[in-house]
Amino acid sequence: MSALLEVEELQVSFGGRTAAVRGASFRVEKGETHCLVGESGCGKSVTALAVMSLLARGGQRSAKRMRFAGTDLMSLSDREMVRLRGNRIAMIFQEPMTSLNPAFTIGSQMAEVMTRHKGGTRAAALDRAAELMGRVGITAPGMRLGQFPHQLSGGLRQRVMIAMALMCDPELLIADEPTTALDVTVQAQILRLLAGLKRELGLSILLITHDLGIVARVADHVSVMYAGEVVERAPTAELFRAPQHPYTRGLLSCVPVPGRVQRDRPLGSIPGVVPAIGPGFAGCAFRSRCAHADETCTRTIPRRRAANAHDYLCRLEPDWAELQPA
Amino acid sequence: MLRLIARRIALGVLVALTVMTLAFLLTRLSGDLAVSIAGPQATQADVEIVRKAYGLDRPLYVQFFAWTGRAMVGDFGQSYFFKDSVANLIQKRLPITVTLGLVGLSLALIVSLPLGILAALRENTWIDRSVTLFTMVGQAVPSFWLALILMIVLGLQLGILPISGTGTWQHFVMPGIVLAFTAIPALTRLTRSGMIEAMASDYIRTARAKGLSRARIIFKHALRNAAIPVVSIAAVQLGFMLGGSIVIETVFALHGVGYLGWESIAKNDFPVVQAVVLVLAVFYIGLTLLADILNALLDPRLRTG
Repeated sequence: MSALLEVEELQVSFGGRTAAVRGASFRVEKGETHCLVGESGCGKSVTALAVMSLLARGGQRSAKRMRFAGTDLMSLSDREMVRLRGNRIAMIFQEPMTSLNPAFTIGSQMAEVMTRHKGGTRAAALDRAAELMGRVGITAPGMRLGQFPHQLSGGLRQRVMIAMALMCDPELLIADEPTTALDVTVQAQILRLLAGLKRELGLSILLITHDLGIVARVADHVSVMYAGEVVERAPTAELFRAPQHPYTRGLLSCVPVPGRVQRDRPLGSIPGVVPAIGPGFAGCAFRSRCAHADETCTRTIPRRRAANAHDYLCRLEPDWAELQPA
Repeated sequence: MLRLIARRIALGVLVALTVMTLAFLLTRLSGDLAVSIAGPQATQADVEIVRKAYGLDRPLYVQFFAWTGRAMVGDFGQSYFFKDSVANLIQKRLPITVTLGLVGLSLALIVSLPLGILAALRENTWIDRSVTLFTMVGQAVPSFWLALILMIVLGLQLGILPISGTGTWQHFVMPGIVLAFTAIPALTRLTRSGMIEAMASDYIRTARAKGLSRARIIFKHALRNAAIPVVSIAAVQLGFMLGGSIVIETVFALHGVGYLGWESIAKNDFPVVQAVVLVLAVFYIGLTLLADILNALLDPRLRTG
């Protein structure tokens, strides 16, 4: 399988002081849903924005390699990057209530993506918009096109955002916590919708979330992020069955996973908070919260291979017994 | 939308009626009108004749309803000083004030919108700080002082513009600049803060993620939202400008409504004073109404109100 998006050693810093992303590496394969998971503040969203080249002012990115469908994203000019955004890479956000411009109709906001990237008439773009709104489960799309964002509920707005992202038939959809602001039933609908789109349109999805429940339901592969690093990467089933990094284990102990947690044992928690990492930090960023930490954790940590497509960043050897196929 | 307009108009009529009452009462509060019209040399008998001739001997409410009743049909009575009907006087002077106001507002918008946008896009750079400094200085400069400086430099030293009078369009340039300066600081700062807020918003992040051009992001998506408070304030500023035009028209001897108001106050020509106050108030009300309608067009969330 060839990777659609390949990120190696991505570094993002703001004003040279805060290192938001410190050498994150992951691959999104064609037609798969890849989850970036981690606590808030671990650099998930910044990673996504760095891929889109949409970092806030003062944000600096560098990477050993960042390729999208064979194109080196790092060497693209602003003009070339603008042509990819919304066209071949689309993005949706956490806040459906504020992500649409309050001053323009849904139709006008959807149509402009299409006329911008693919040309054609506004009427044709509106037809496509209506079709996609039907596709994402919005009833009476004709009426919705003429409405303004404030006339729509949060769930509807997120559907509009998804439909708008699909206008140009993108290869990759980056979804940054797309369901966090929605209530649980709407959340489930949106996740089903995304899964359906992936299946039917062959869309690749980079889904950013802090919710392991979502990961378990939709992800093919998972990258666990901690303090700006990807500390563990694995296929979803394997990650849930045999997590190797102490942080991943900690995360999984915090949520009830069927078959992993006994009914009468309390759920776990990870003590402390994500530390702020300055430049020149060495060693494992999790060591201050880790039960297995010793003095070797201040040195450079090796990336260990646990299985095919499963690796993690820790001094500890893999637990081979756990990794045996069940 | 129509309901909104109807409500605003009804509200405007109420405000106009209030202003009429206040204008009427305030002129009466300034002293015995019969005495001041009759002049310092008049005897008690002369004053009584004047009082009777002008109907000032009638009870206050009779005078008030007589005046409002006629004012409704556009009859504001006779000026005591100009020997002409008040309606005629205002009709002759109004185009000058309106021209001045429009020139002032256009200049103000031409300067403050680009400056505000530029400062917002270059937030916290030397460009932004220069713009802020400029607005602060602009705020602090009194308009009569600026008027005199312009007269000296452009009028006397360079001799490119006439320093007073109403004859040609050149006569409106300097007063227009001075008038614009009363609105530029507020409008610039409002545009700047509105643009900064808009550019940091989620919908601009969406617009960027859609791959739209920078021009479209700034001028369509951000400016449309930043313009909403600017429109409201611009209308209020134009109202202030009409008030400020009393000073500016006097300094530049532009014979507009403001100048007329100043003359009639000095001469106790109270039918003119009342009418000028009312006309300026109606203007102000009209502008606010226009701003409300424009805002409803700009911001769909206001349309249901």
